[in-house]
Amino acid sequence: MSDGRAPLLSLRGLTVDFTVSGGVLHAVRGIDLDLHRGEVVAVVGESGSGKSTAMLAAMGLQAPNATVGGQALLDGTDLVSLPPAALRAVRGRRVAMIFQDPMTSLNPVLSIGRQLSEALLVHRPMPKRAAHDRARELLELVAIPHAAERLHNYPHELSGGMRQRVMIAMAMANDPDVLIADEPTTALDVTIQAQILEVLSRLRRERDLGVIVVTHDLGVVAGIADTVHVMYAGSVVEHGDVRSVFYAPDHPYTRGLLACSPRLDSADDDLAPIPGSPPVLTELPAGCAFAPRCAHAADRCLTERPMLRRGRATQSACLLIPTTNEQELR
Amino acid sequence: MSTIDPLLVVRNLSKTFRPRGGRVRRGATVQAVSDVSFDIARGETFSIVGESGCGKSTTARCVTRIVEPTAGSIRFDGHELVGLSYHDLQPLRQRFQMVFQDPMASLNPRQRVRDIIGEPLRVRGDERDSIRDRVHEVAGQVQLRTDDLDRYPHQFSGGQRQRIGIARALALQPELLVLDEPVSALDVSIQAQIVRLLRQLRDEMGLAYLLIAHDLAVVRHLSQRVAVMYLGTIVETGSAADVYERSLHPYTQALLSAAPIADPDIERLRERIVLTGDVPSPLDPPSGCRFRTRCWKATAECTDVVPPLTDLGDGHHVACHHPEPVNVIIGRRPIAPDEHSAERTSLA
Repeated sequence: MSDGRAPLLSLRGLTVDFTVSGGVLHAVRGIDLDLHRGEVVAVVGESGSGKSTAMLAAMGLQAPNATVGGQALLDGTDLVSLPPAALRAVRGRRVAMIFQDPMTSLNPVLSIGRQLSEALLVHRPMPKRAAHDRARELLELVAIPHAAERLHNYPHELSGGMRQRVMIAMAMANDPDVLIADEPTTALDVTIQAQILEVLSRLRRERDLGVIVVTHDLGVVAGIADTVHVMYAGSVVEHGDVRSVFYAPDHPYTRGLLACSPRLDSADDDLAPIPGSPPVLTELPAGCAFAPRCAHAADRCLTERPMLRRGRATQSACLLIPTTNEQELR
Repeated sequence: MSTIDPLLVVRNLSKTFRPRGGRVRRGATVQAVSDVSFDIARGETFSIVGESGCGKSTTARCVTRIVEPTAGSIRFDGHELVGLSYHDLQPLRQRFQMVFQDPMASLNPRQRVRDIIGEPLRVRGDERDSIRDRVHEVAGQVQLRTDDLDRYPHQFSGGQRQRIGIARALALQPELLVLDEPVSALDVSIQAQIVRLLRQLRDEMGLAYLLIAHDLAVVRHLSQRVAVMYLGTIVETGSAADVYERSLHPYTQALLSAAPIADPDIERLRERIVLTGDVPSPLDPPSGCRFRTRCWKATAECTDVVPPLTDLGDGHHVACHHPEPVNVIIGRRPIAPDEHSAERTSLA
């Protein structure tokens, strides 16, 4: 996917710390991520792994008690250090986001048409009539039937799947380059999930959109992603192209995650749970955050923090993985 | 549908709710569950799958009589539960217990774990010493540590809390557990721990499960038999192998084909049946077959005639005028024929 082109969006050493009563909570501990045009990058992890926090912070949407470090470069412009007014001009226009629960993202007292027009008018002034027509086109873009009538509906009159389509339509209003989808299908039933994923794939294809999908669902990742970043306790523990991550994972956490996910296509008895539970972020171990749950952990895993290194086919942050010669891989 | 030694026999169960407020015409009712019948044998896991609003949880709640059924019969070990007074239900209720989706909402935050697990025993009137012993015993069975017993629910992670909920349900040594989405609030790595625990408990204690879940992969890993519900009715039921690999109902096929598989090559090769539109309102379900408004096979017959749930062999029932077996899951590992028959005989 990358083939030497400069990435559209590039996260470099992104960190997010929260000041809480018990001290400082390191929610995101330095992540790197590249997104190219027409590419789908999945960020996968369990609750509290920092996947959503990282993406929100990259867009300047962090909580008031958060401190963001590192860079989020959009075509070379660092969004993290951008003043609020300049950031607002970028957000919603060049980078758009959709969230898990469309009901809480939509205003319940404004019609769909009004909200879509608003998204348009914020970034480019145009006659109301034109905004209305454009809003209808946007609903058609996300395959909402009877778009003209739907414009007069309020969010509660739509089903969950329809609301998420409206959110996607709104995100697409200003023809962005990057779409960040934070758990876009988690609140939806599988048959509706399939519809939404199809819309996202089509937009990526037709508009050459770069998409970051934040999800906990490995099945969704397998179906839609080109590259995958696996997060654990605020760090990326493994990343690579989707086939490498699924078929040749190096990191024990990625392997564990795959081995403990029940599969629709087999009734095998060998679900191997990962023992224990993720660490509390205020009390992170000194070494590898996964070491306390890792079957292979050695003494140095408890003291030395692993950095991402090239392994068989992916990059992973594990001290015990023998590095492969770069030449051998090519 | 008939099992040799049924522990639970549900016949023609229906539940309607009268919606309050809103723009609803007078006398309109929500048909949450319509004419549902199934059996569960001793030691068997029977699952009901379906999407939000299909009536699977209401069915489970009717079985435990948390919700009063509108019509139908529920027989537990030969005893009719429908119509029993609270007092008469009490001794039977000890024998079937429920585990809920959200352990935080179903565990009293002001009680210690010891008291939560001991509560059903106290209600039964057990002696204090025997309660203590039994609490320690079930805590061990769900792999809680003894010093966990003096802590409060908020001091535990989601997975540990679900263990507490399971321990409470096991305290009275029930024969049937009704599990309503027991792992859907948990992360995958924790979910696998609970799935494994449920399998162990079932195998060690010969428990029967009525499992309600929307996650088709989890259901496959736990169940011997499965029923698929759509808009309040069972559209297909049979052995897990039959329902997953030789599904007959178009809705089952759409549901299975939409559920993602964590395997990029398979996922990109699979043919997906993408249903158009949404589930119709249960206030006004379609005539005839309830799925016909979204079905690509629908004919005039489907509009006029309600398809009965019919046995097409080996207890594989379907409610469809145009059934056709299809394997919509391209499996990683095809299951050998002898394994099939083994599965069949173990069911019989």
